[in-house]
Amino acid sequence: MDEQPIAIKTLTIDGKEVGARSGDTILQVAQEHGIWIPTLCFLDGLTAYGSCRICMVELEGNNRLFPACVTKVYEGMVVIIHSPRLEHYRRVIVEMLLSERPHICSVCVSNGHCELQTMAQLLGVTSVRYPYLMRKHDVDASNHRFLHDDNRCILCGRCVRVCSEIEGAHTWAFSGRGVESRIVTDLDQPWGESESCTGCSKCVHVCPTGALIEKGRSVAEMAKRRQFLPYLTVMRKEDAE
Amino acid sequence: MIHEMLEELGSGIAKEREKTKHEIRVCTAAGCMSNGADKVLGAFQSELKERKQTACKAKGVGCMGPCAGGPVVVTHPDNRMHHKVEVSDVPAIIDSIGAAAYTARQVSTDTPFYKRQQKIVLENCSSLDPERLEDYIAHDGYQGLAHVLSEMSSSEVIQEIMASGLRGRGGAGYPTGLKWSTVAKAGGRKKYVVCNADEGDPGAFMDRSVLESDPHRVIEGMAIAAVAVGAEEGYLYVRAEYPLAISRLHKAIRQAERAGVLGKRMLGSTHDFHVQIRLGAGAFVCGEETALLASIEGKAGKPRPRPPYPAESGLWGYSTLINNVETFASIPAIIKNGGDWYASIGTESSKGTKVFALAGSVTNTGLIEVPMGISLREIVFDIGGGVPDGRSFKAVQTGGPSGGCIPAEHLDTPVDFENLAKLGSIMGSGGMIVMDDTANMIDVARYFMEFSMTESCGKCVPCRVGTVHMYNLLGDILDGKATAKDLALLEELCDVTRTASLCGLGQSAPNPVVSTLQYFRSEYDALLVEEAPAVPAAKE
Repeated sequence: MDEQPIAIKTLTIDGKEVGARSGDTILQVAQEHGIWIPTLCFLDGLTAYGSCRICMVELEGNNRLFPACVTKVYEGMVVIIHSPRLEHYRRVIVEMLLSERPHICSVCVSNGHCELQTMAQLLGVTSVRYPYLMRKHDVDASNHRFLHDDNRCILCGRCVRVCSEIEGAHTWAFSGRGVESRIVTDLDQPWGESESCTGCSKCVHVCPTGALIEKGRSVAEMAKRRQFLPYLTVMRKEDAE
Repeated sequence: MIHEMLEELGSGIAKEREKTKHEIRVCTAAGCMSNGADKVLGAFQSELKERKQTACKAKGVGCMGPCAGGPVVVTHPDNRMHHKVEVSDVPAIIDSIGAAAYTARQVSTDTPFYKRQQKIVLENCSSLDPERLEDYIAHDGYQGLAHVLSEMSSSEVIQEIMASGLRGRGGAGYPTGLKWSTVAKAGGRKKYVVCNADEGDPGAFMDRSVLESDPHRVIEGMAIAAVAVGAEEGYLYVRAEYPLAISRLHKAIRQAERAGVLGKRMLGSTHDFHVQIRLGAGAFVCGEETALLASIEGKAGKPRPRPPYPAESGLWGYSTLINNVETFASIPAIIKNGGDWYASIGTESSKGTKVFALAGSVTNTGLIEVPMGISLREIVFDIGGGVPDGRSFKAVQTGGPSGGCIPAEHLDTPVDFENLAKLGSIMGSGGMIVMDDTANMIDVARYFMEFSMTESCGKCVPCRVGTVHMYNLLGDILDGKATAKDLALLEELCDVTRTASLCGLGQSAPNPVVSTLQYFRSEYDALLVEEAPAVPAAKE
């Protein structure tokens, strides 16, 4: 049987003409061509979720904004990734995240390794103009190796996705709605008592902030190690083939 | 054969009708039921039994519109309407049949409330028993389905819907025919038809009334859609807060399946269509189509980015047609009378009629159906009877938490999808709340923002956090603690939440604020305070 030909689409990203395979997302194409699109909830190897709204881009001829992580390319698409309007929206979204929970970098184990902090710096968020909501959340220290601190969680859902899609344990899930949303283990039992958790630590290492950490780390000591994810993705793809 | 089957089903009730000279119709929709309509109906039935009157029958019917006057009782065929009927009124009303009117409870129906309405979706509501399939068939029910099954091809049905110009009644107004043809063309082993009955706007009860008053009509609309797009399974997603609608739907589906109207080989044709009911667990966001589909699949009711649209990839990845209750309820009439007939009603861009739930500071609250293009003034002042208690009109809120407030100067605008959007509101599903001059517009905006805030699913950042900040800022303004800077932040939040949110809930959540800022900005400005000095003066 003949191999299916791959349809190629050409599009423009910030004035640069690029080629792409049909079915690719804007983000994939941009990354292949070394064009940076800021992302937060996206993590290569996990299903795109489209929730953080940081990767929103403009498409010429359309008033709406589109999340680059889930929007598929089409022929002749004109994508604008960097514009004053978009930078403004991205900064406000980071401000919203910083104000939602008590993100205080100076006392955080992830200080210096935090993606939210990095994003704020890259986008030039120097202060938060919205009052901090200062909602108090309990810290779950029941697991003997890891710690779950909701005060630092940005609800990106990476832990939920890696646990179900890569580890297959389905330990993490969202509970509640709106600003009351939280990530929970099993049916909101303490992590240490979770029967489904395999203790693989994948959630800890995909977490962009200091919400999921290894115990015994002091301020600024918690660097995440994510090498396993691209490695596993490639291995599984080869297995499938 | 298909038509004969229907005729046979309807023949029983036709004979019954010949024997009955008078009918006492008692509204048994939720509004009147909550005022004791079931007791009134029971009293009529036992009183008639006692008097051994066989030529007169009492029956429960659907919503007749004037919900504030419940329990509503109409005697037929002399067509006398009685409001606020109590069990003690029963003998007197029976006595009045064919004799002098019972004036203590009788109200005139010779008013604009009835004369200005045009009923298509609600045409049978005031005359048929929602719990009897035969009664629906006697009202020409399932004729549209029979016609589609025996005489029309799938593309002819879709052509007819396209010609009607019908647009989705859930709020966004997407052309129904176009949606149907997309699903009809889609591939895949299976297709689904889903009815969105997760009506959640505060002050809106159109879908509930339709489901309670004429459940078979919605089911017929779904069955016609299923035949047109090639689906064999359907879901009715109803919010659990509508127990009466749910029980009537269950009954309707069971009756229709038992009679062979629905289910395997509908009406003896080659088409199968099975409908199941799914209950919403109380999340407003499940009225958003992708969240609704997730909920049917058993997942948490959270929306996902579109595209892909449900027509491409819906329930379990299969192409899915999803329409609102009122949209489906319009279908049988379009098939029966033709698309051109439907297109002759309404405006250039918005065809047909729209059901509104009229509530708030208005004399006649209740359920109304009006042709598109009618002005807001006619709805509020003619049909609604104006603002009571000598108050003056201030604004009308349409579209619930996703809509906006329209002030008096725009009352003459013809109601259609485009015009309402131009005024900063939306058609929405049909909630219409009238406000008098005592209404505080900032409080109104905060009320709706609180609703959006607590109903936000929490998936995307702008909606999850933005609604909370907006709610808090509105509170600060009301408390006289906000400065011009805070108002600027509020406007910025409106813009970001509207532009960057994932689904319709977040994208439209700022509308109540934006529209009140547009028309009642002076009320906001009046509450602002001077900014405090950045550094408090040192104490002596």
